[in-house]
Amino acid sequence: MNTHEYQARQLLGQRMVAQPAWEVCETPDAARAIAAQLLADGATIIAIKSQIHAGGRGKGTFKSGFQGGVRICKTAEDVYEKAHAMLGNVLVTRQTGPEGRLVRKLIIALAPDIRKELYLAVLLDRELSRPVVITSTEGGMDIEEVAARTPEKIIKEPIDPALGMMPYQARKLALALGLKGDLIAQAVKVLLGVYKTWWECDASLVEINPLCIVRTREGNEALLAVDAKLSLDDNALYRHPDLQAMRDLAEEAPLETEAGKFNLNYIQLDGNIACLVNGAGLAMATMDIIQHFGGRPANFLDVGGGASQEQVAAAFRIILQDPNVKGILVNIFGGIMDCNVIASGIVAAVKETGLSLPLVVRLEGNNVQAGNRTLAAAGLTIIRADTMAEAARKVVQAVATG
Amino acid sequence: MSILVTPNTRVLVQGITGSFGARHTQLSLEYGTQIVAGVTPGKGGQMFDPKVPIFDTVAEAMQETGATASAVFVPPAYAADAILEGVDAGLDLVVCITEGIPINDMVKVKRAMAGRKTRLIGPNCPGIVTPGAGEDSRGGCRIGIAPGYIHKQGHIGVVSRSGTLTYEAVWQLTCRGAGQSTAVGIGGDPVNGLTHLDVIKLFEADPETHGIIMIGEIGGSAEEEAADWIRRNARKPVAGFIAGATAPPGRRMGHAGAIVSGGKGTAAAKIAAFKAAGIGVAPTPSDMADTLLKMM
Repeated sequence: MNTHEYQARQLLGQRMVAQPAWEVCETPDAARAIAAQLLADGATIIAIKSQIHAGGRGKGTFKSGFQGGVRICKTAEDVYEKAHAMLGNVLVTRQTGPEGRLVRKLIIALAPDIRKELYLAVLLDRELSRPVVITSTEGGMDIEEVAARTPEKIIKEPIDPALGMMPYQARKLALALGLKGDLIAQAVKVLLGVYKTWWECDASLVEINPLCIVRTREGNEALLAVDAKLSLDDNALYRHPDLQAMRDLAEEAPLETEAGKFNLNYIQLDGNIACLVNGAGLAMATMDIIQHFGGRPANFLDVGGGASQEQVAAAFRIILQDPNVKGILVNIFGGIMDCNVIASGIVAAVKETGLSLPLVVRLEGNNVQAGNRTLAAAGLTIIRADTMAEAARKVVQAVATG
Repeated sequence: MSILVTPNTRVLVQGITGSFGARHTQLSLEYGTQIVAGVTPGKGGQMFDPKVPIFDTVAEAMQETGATASAVFVPPAYAADAILEGVDAGLDLVVCITEGIPINDMVKVKRAMAGRKTRLIGPNCPGIVTPGAGEDSRGGCRIGIAPGYIHKQGHIGVVSRSGTLTYEAVWQLTCRGAGQSTAVGIGGDPVNGLTHLDVIKLFEADPETHGIIMIGEIGGSAEEEAADWIRRNARKPVAGFIAGATAPPGRRMGHAGAIVSGGKGTAAAKIAAFKAAGIGVAPTPSDMADTLLKMM
């Protein structure tokens, strides 16, 4: 599950990660009031940040033509006008796709006097099976590009999960980032707070990009988190009701949410051959074999190891809501589950949905003969196949000639 | 004759009284597996089906029945604890079927297992099958949820992250008359027990295994590590398939571990590593068995 920047900032703030003053709002009036207060408190520049899950907000464009999902202002009136232009409008960025995302909340923040941008993240190191803290002096940029171009500028510190992150590890990283004097103690506080957020929230990623060295009004240097990204481990959400409440369904694809209600794992893609498969590995392999024979998969859909007739029916309804779909491939290896139950589910779903698209079904495994008899006896135009390759060839051909 | 388990391996089931655990324990018993005990805290003294005694703890079950391996069918919130109880009791092998265990729970489990003798298969996996000599491979050792009847006793080792893709490979082999020494599903989570490489090393050392099918998928770099070892050390033919060439980056494809992130874990990189190691790459998942059999 992904979160909004303001939610990530709240969770980090609760764990003592220092940030420039900010608040979240939903109306232009509230935006103006927050800005006025920040200006009264001594701020000279105010940042307005659209809250959507996708990245690339700063360079995004609203469908209204308004430029930039992140803007800088100097007066409360200017904040009001820009907030007005953003709220209730759809922002398109390089990560949203052409449909964009509706902006319903804004962060209004003090824009600090930034002297240097650093990078900080905590994630899982799969090779070590441990958390790893990653920092770099190259903040504010795409970290993947930094890693590819100048890998020596990526500093990694694996964490022993039995101990958690120790202060000496944070000091080591602070020095590697070239920090001196009072900034070392500040960095330790930020690093330990970010690690604590990652561990306590069961996050899969916490990223602060940029983590900034700023000049305060008093003329001192301070270390502040100026942006925040946080993704959570879905498997652990059951033990975090507070984090579950942060889920924003408006940011998720409606068909994927619908599929989740039936315990189906569905991901929409841009091809035209839908597939319905049991098992994640087999579902990926089915997408691959469709492409191998010249077709394009419309989705990933795993109905799970013990799919019921209701789940198969729901899967068909979801697949058919994608207007790009021109053909369907069902690939089931019924190891323990009864192929005849699946066949009955397919027949019922085809009748219920009045399916008119080509449907290729490949059943294998337990009670497969009875399953194939059920399909044949239904009097439907179902194309049967015995192997994955035959099924993929047939569905690609049916869609091409359909 | 096999790796990790033999038809004589004595197996206990943690979570034997849950509906899923009970159903698959029944199927394993019918397959001929030596299921000798169940463990459900608070139900010690009861019987399962009516011959399998249930104990309150793994340690007690081991002591009373001589079990050396376990199947874990415990819900996700309690599964890490169940695995570590098995490790603490000194089991040789723990096979965790449970899907949906928090990743940080597994991070802690891996840390706690360092230096211990217990091997872990899974979680989020179909388990392990060493086929038997009977009809439909009965008389073998089945720990987990794989269909027993698709197997045939023989000399091919199969290792995979995916359940149904393992069944696909095993069934292709069986249909071509090629039996299996052992089939191992290591699971689709990003933090798991035995890796592809661990299992490949065991197959390489097993005199009864003559060829290996290794099935991988996008995410992580375990397939590349195994391929690198194979390139330098393997003497037996290895064929493979990588699922997820068409998966979009940044999306988790069903398995918690199946994700291309930061340009890492792509199918293309894994396939390139396979080819560089002399592993026969099946052009489609329908060709896994044929690709290996042509190499033998």
